[in-house]
Amino acid sequence: MITFMNNSDSEEEPCNERTSLMSAESPPVPSYQDGLPASEAGEAQTHRKRQTGSSHSPNNAADGNVSDSGVPVRESALENEEEELTLKYGAKHVIMLFVPVTLCMIVVVATIKSVRFYTEKNGQLIYTPFSEDTPSVGQRLLNSVLNTIIMISVIVVMTVFLVLLYKYRCYKFIHGWLILSSLMLLFLFTYIYLGEVLKTYNVAMDYPTLILVIWNFGAVGMICIHWKGPLQLQQAYLIMISALMALVFIKYLPEWSAWVILGAISIYDLMAVLCPKGPLRMLVETAQERNEPIFPALIYSSAMMWTVGMAKPDTAARAPSQQTWDTAEDGRENHRSPSHSDSEILETRSPVPTHPIASLEELEEEERGVKLGLGDFIFYSVLVGKAAATASGDWNTTLACFVAILIGLCLTLLLLAVFKKALPALPISITFGLVFYFSTDNLVRPFMDTLASHQLYI
Amino acid sequence: AFFWLVSLLLASLIWFISVHLSDQEDSKLQYSLLVFGAAVSVLLQEVFRFAYFKLLKKADEGLAMISEDGQSPISLKQMAYVSGLSFGIISGVFSVINILADSIGPGIVGIHGDSPYYFITSAFLTMAVVFLHTFWGVIFFDACEKRRYWCLGLVVASHLITSGLTFLNPWYEASLVPIYIITVCMGVWAFFTAGGSFRNILKCLSCK
Repeated sequence: MITFMNNSDSEEEPCNERTSLMSAESPPVPSYQDGLPASEAGEAQTHRKRQTGSSHSPNNAADGNVSDSGVPVRESALENEEEELTLKYGAKHVIMLFVPVTLCMIVVVATIKSVRFYTEKNGQLIYTPFSEDTPSVGQRLLNSVLNTIIMISVIVVMTVFLVLLYKYRCYKFIHGWLILSSLMLLFLFTYIYLGEVLKTYNVAMDYPTLILVIWNFGAVGMICIHWKGPLQLQQAYLIMISALMALVFIKYLPEWSAWVILGAISIYDLMAVLCPKGPLRMLVETAQERNEPIFPALIYSSAMMWTVGMAKPDTAARAPSQQTWDTAEDGRENHRSPSHSDSEILETRSPVPTHPIASLEELEEEERGVKLGLGDFIFYSVLVGKAAATASGDWNTTLACFVAILIGLCLTLLLLAVFKKALPALPISITFGLVFYFSTDNLVRPFMDTLASHQLYI
Repeated sequence: AFFWLVSLLLASLIWFISVHLSDQEDSKLQYSLLVFGAAVSVLLQEVFRFAYFKLLKKADEGLAMISEDGQSPISLKQMAYVSGLSFGIISGVFSVINILADSIGPGIVGIHGDSPYYFITSAFLTMAVVFLHTFWGVIFFDACEKRRYWCLGLVVASHLITSGLTFLNPWYEASLVPIYIITVCMGVWAFFTAGGSFRNILKCLSCK
């Protein structure tokens, strides 16, 4: 899955979010037979996605992991033995992805449930101009579909724009764009968020303290995300900005539009990553040809990747194997001061991207990790947050969506290990999530409520 | 957890359809439909537990094949425990979390004539249900493995009985006590199924 993030120019354009997860291409067989270090050698920026659950399932409390690893494990194991090595690390990496996704969702749900601000309707984004306050159902549906079309086309345009920039090597522009976006996100949105949380809990805070706190938070965040920093801190910042972005979406997208947009974006994700002419796929392939990391700021990486030398030219070509990009959606609020772009930036943890080192000995430190784009985080959190905000039933729906998304993520990671190339992270999870949301809200809730009122247990 | 949710979904679908097809005003009918819905849900849960067992079995074979020494790194017993636990957790959570959320809010328990012990009995019942699911998981998987179908039938029957006992609910002595007795029995049975024995307990206690 590739999650693709386009960070728009902070003044003008919205950012698009694409999510997909990219998996490493399978290495040529000789490198595997040389043993693990050799295979690690070839991957400059590659992380191999491991199939879930194979040998480290005891760590998993999620049943889905174990069950998912079963069937595909057999097929791939039968196909080639290289899989064995990859499978062993699979479960660990799935857990590594579960934890941040869960944390992001927890932050979003906690905020939604406690801070009133994010559930009030205070206007809409400029990208969803049609209001949903119309009296008739048909009109509302039409409006939401139109909103979706506008939003998706904005996303497509932004993605294509980004791909073109990348193709023509306008790196400075892209970097500037990303930096501006993350600046906006880290400072402005954090300020708003903090303000609302303090208001909710009626805590008094003076401006100097606030400025100090936000300045520190933002500055450290910029450094961590765009440059170097401890892995956990970087991951924490990425989770934070994904959560902030998701909160913005939850607040400013009208209800039906949000659901239709979620559905449409997962279809788009599927097409953009898998079609030969899809923009995300082109981005991945270009990055792989040039043997560069794909955007240093749009991906969540679960493990540290030290520099690896390229022992063989063919292995070097397999550079960025798993990348997920998130494209950030640019949110523009009507009633607020213009243009701030939201973008999620996730930096791959490669300190020195393309520094060829000849010897194999320097490769020991590589830990294979799994990369997931930030847009994936954002849209998962939007789904769960919307469920928490608007479901009349409470926590059951939220929980059901949460489980559905995690299972979808498992399945996707499984497919990733089988197919070994970039895959879209959104479709399966979002489909499960949507199905579970609507069915739980409408079917399960009355049932459970009636049972609970009689105190019956099933 | 996912499998339990799917079973819950199907059961509520059935209940929902049956409610809408029937007369909404007749409360006796509604109540019996509820009973029917609960029974269907219990059966579906067991069906899905079985389906999950099948899936895990396949996974186990796959894992055994690809692992180095030909043996799966997770034993079936561990899988049974995890599966039972997760069924229990999701079932318990679904049953109790709304009650918990409401309990933080303002209100008086039992003001309309219901029992004032609603919250605490719900808590105990949920705990019993979680334990029961765990035990049932262990026994179920073991029974499927060894093809002892009477064990399976007993597990399903005890699940039905437990659910039925909760129908007696405002009469807490009749429902809570038997449920706890069933829980303890299941626990002991699961313990012996999983290979425990008095000697193991003694060894464990004396920290050998």
